[in-house]
Amino acid sequence: MDRQGQIINPAEDPQLPKEEVLNFYQTMTLLNTMDRILYESQRQGRISFYMTNYGEEGTHIGSAAALKPTDLVFGQYREAGVLLYRGFPLDRFMAQCYANADDLGKGRQMPVHYGSKEHNFVTISSPLATQIPQAAGAAYALKRENADHAVICYFGEGAASEGDAHAGFNFAATLECPIIFFCRNNGYAISTPTNEQYRGDGIAARGPGYGMMSIRVDGNDVFAVYNATKEARRRATAENQPFLIEAMTYRIGHHSTSDDSSAYRSVDEVNYWDKQDHPISRLRQHMVSRGWWDEEQERAWRKQSRRRVMEAFEQAERRLKPSLDLMFTDVYNELPPHLHRQRQDMWRHVKQHTEHYPLEQYDN
Amino acid sequence: MAAAVRFLLKSAACSKASNVTNGVHSGLGPASLRLSPKCDPHSRTQTRHAAHFTFQADPTPTEYGQTQKMNLFQSITSALDNTLSKDPTAVIFGEDVAFGGVFRCTVGLRDKYGQDRVFNTPLCEQGIVGFGIGIAVTGATAVAEIQFADYIYPAFDQIVNEAAKYRYRSGNLFDCGSLTIRAPWGCVGHGSLYHSQSPEAFFAHCPGVKIVIPRSPVQAKGLLLSCIEDKNPCIFFEPKILYRAAVEQVPVEPYHIPLSQAEVLQEGSDVTLVAWGTQVHVMREVANMAQEKLGVSCELIDLQTILPWDTDTVCKVRCSSILYLICVSEEGQFNIYFLFIKSFHIITWAASSSNTSI
Repeated sequence: MDRQGQIINPAEDPQLPKEEVLNFYQTMTLLNTMDRILYESQRQGRISFYMTNYGEEGTHIGSAAALKPTDLVFGQYREAGVLLYRGFPLDRFMAQCYANADDLGKGRQMPVHYGSKEHNFVTISSPLATQIPQAAGAAYALKRENADHAVICYFGEGAASEGDAHAGFNFAATLECPIIFFCRNNGYAISTPTNEQYRGDGIAARGPGYGMMSIRVDGNDVFAVYNATKEARRRATAENQPFLIEAMTYRIGHHSTSDDSSAYRSVDEVNYWDKQDHPISRLRQHMVSRGWWDEEQERAWRKQSRRRVMEAFEQAERRLKPSLDLMFTDVYNELPPHLHRQRQDMWRHVKQHTEHYPLEQYDN
Repeated sequence: MAAAVRFLLKSAACSKASNVTNGVHSGLGPASLRLSPKCDPHSRTQTRHAAHFTFQADPTPTEYGQTQKMNLFQSITSALDNTLSKDPTAVIFGEDVAFGGVFRCTVGLRDKYGQDRVFNTPLCEQGIVGFGIGIAVTGATAVAEIQFADYIYPAFDQIVNEAAKYRYRSGNLFDCGSLTIRAPWGCVGHGSLYHSQSPEAFFAHCPGVKIVIPRSPVQAKGLLLSCIEDKNPCIFFEPKILYRAAVEQVPVEPYHIPLSQAEVLQEGSDVTLVAWGTQVHVMREVANMAQEKLGVSCELIDLQTILPWDTDTVCKVRCSSILYLICVSEEGQFNIYFLFIKSFHIITWAASSSNTSI
């Protein structure tokens, strides 16, 4: 698609059915709505931290749609759209951000560190690029199982500078792993622009250095992302080799709620991408031109998606925090004696000083 | 009853080199002797001294079936062989493991089990451990070899920030419990700065991993099999000076020695000695010397599992009015200081809970 949503080369049109394209659009916009509401909730002190996905929705949905639900996903932190596309409920997103008793992660991590076994999305961790060699290892093990499973590993162009990225690429190539390395090149690693991150030709150009096939794709063209990922997946599993996709996009939002990007880039630059080259508007224009969408549907959907997000949000706010016992479990698979003692000490202390500990807020 | 607790921390370093040809890494020794025809191979400067301790074999175990004479690296091979045999998901990988390993721990395994199960990786420790974590996340058994414990540091982030925290941070949705990392460890005499390290203290207060160090072939096989079976990521350090020097009758079939259970090797009433790995054998001699020359009765404990360690066995309060605890390790004094600062709190707790005062 071009910036007006017109197919450039009909031979490359994935010719997806209307329902699927509508699903793309609604998932991207639902993500956008959730981002707006949760960003605001952090500003209001309701959650501690948040990271938006503005501008990168195309990379998430395009790639997720090209995979099988059983493919294993290793992410960095800006791939919530992949999880949303796979069906992770809004309640669970909210629960993790609020660290309440419904959080699958048991309230232990900062917001946006999602994970879901059911949706084959490995829990996010804060250190960057650590997932890259892990993803290669997982792909190796899945190759041995012979069950047509691929692994996709997302990371940003900044994380690609980490030693772990070099390690993961080299291992995947030498050990012939069925894996897609998906780099979201969004122009910035917090405040560091790409010309301070690398001097070479981006991330895709590194692939051949490892003996790995690579492609650079317009990350804001959801169909292009879909096509590249689909083909990479097909070949990765058929040929047991890694593929590197570098999706060029732009981080419209701040790095996180702890960042004010006006300190290092102009508002004009951000507006340019927001107005001229946004994955959501490009897809909408495409759908409108095909008669699949109009203003009225847009208005109705905006209301509906906002209501869905608000319902999940309000419910998450009301929910209790996880049990205090959960501070101690899962360090090891079984509670060792010294943690058992620490837990007893904690309860003894807390019960002795209940006026300082709001136990009624916790699901004990 | 009042009890005084005094800590004596002692770091015992290897004073003399071993004269055993230990394979690849000592190849330089004999070669340098042949450089000049005028060299007298028997002059004092050329001779390499014997190790300063004697490995003491334990009695042959009878409860695990047929045994075979094995040295330490052979007992490791046996454990790995058992693992590959009964666990079809198990894979072994690291630098140079395919041809048998620089310490011969993986000899024969690739031929027996296939190149997809015993394979070399590129030279990259952070990759080896990260890759191993990924294998374990899928539920398969991963045995990762780091060529020397001295080179484990590039993998420190993957071990501490990832492996150790995988289960906790995911709310038990994901874990890498089927990962075991093995590395040759400790003094060998000529290893110098980078082939002799004992880095267990760096990991000793990292909740979520287990650290195990055996003193002998029988212990090594049983403990390694326990680490591999254990549903938590484990680091298994193998005293390299014992690879050839330690020989015992080792059971051929698999068996498990429990983790986090220290072993009391000899009873005593005056001083408790705690050690692990090579130093256990040094402490055996020390205990004998103390008895003969000082009339001091020493209790000797092999800690085996460094984390989580067996506080109950070590910190048992005795009837005597004075308790001495000597902890011996090859690591720097400063490192074990932290380990035992923690333990001091455990001991004061143990004392207070039995109504003794410090």
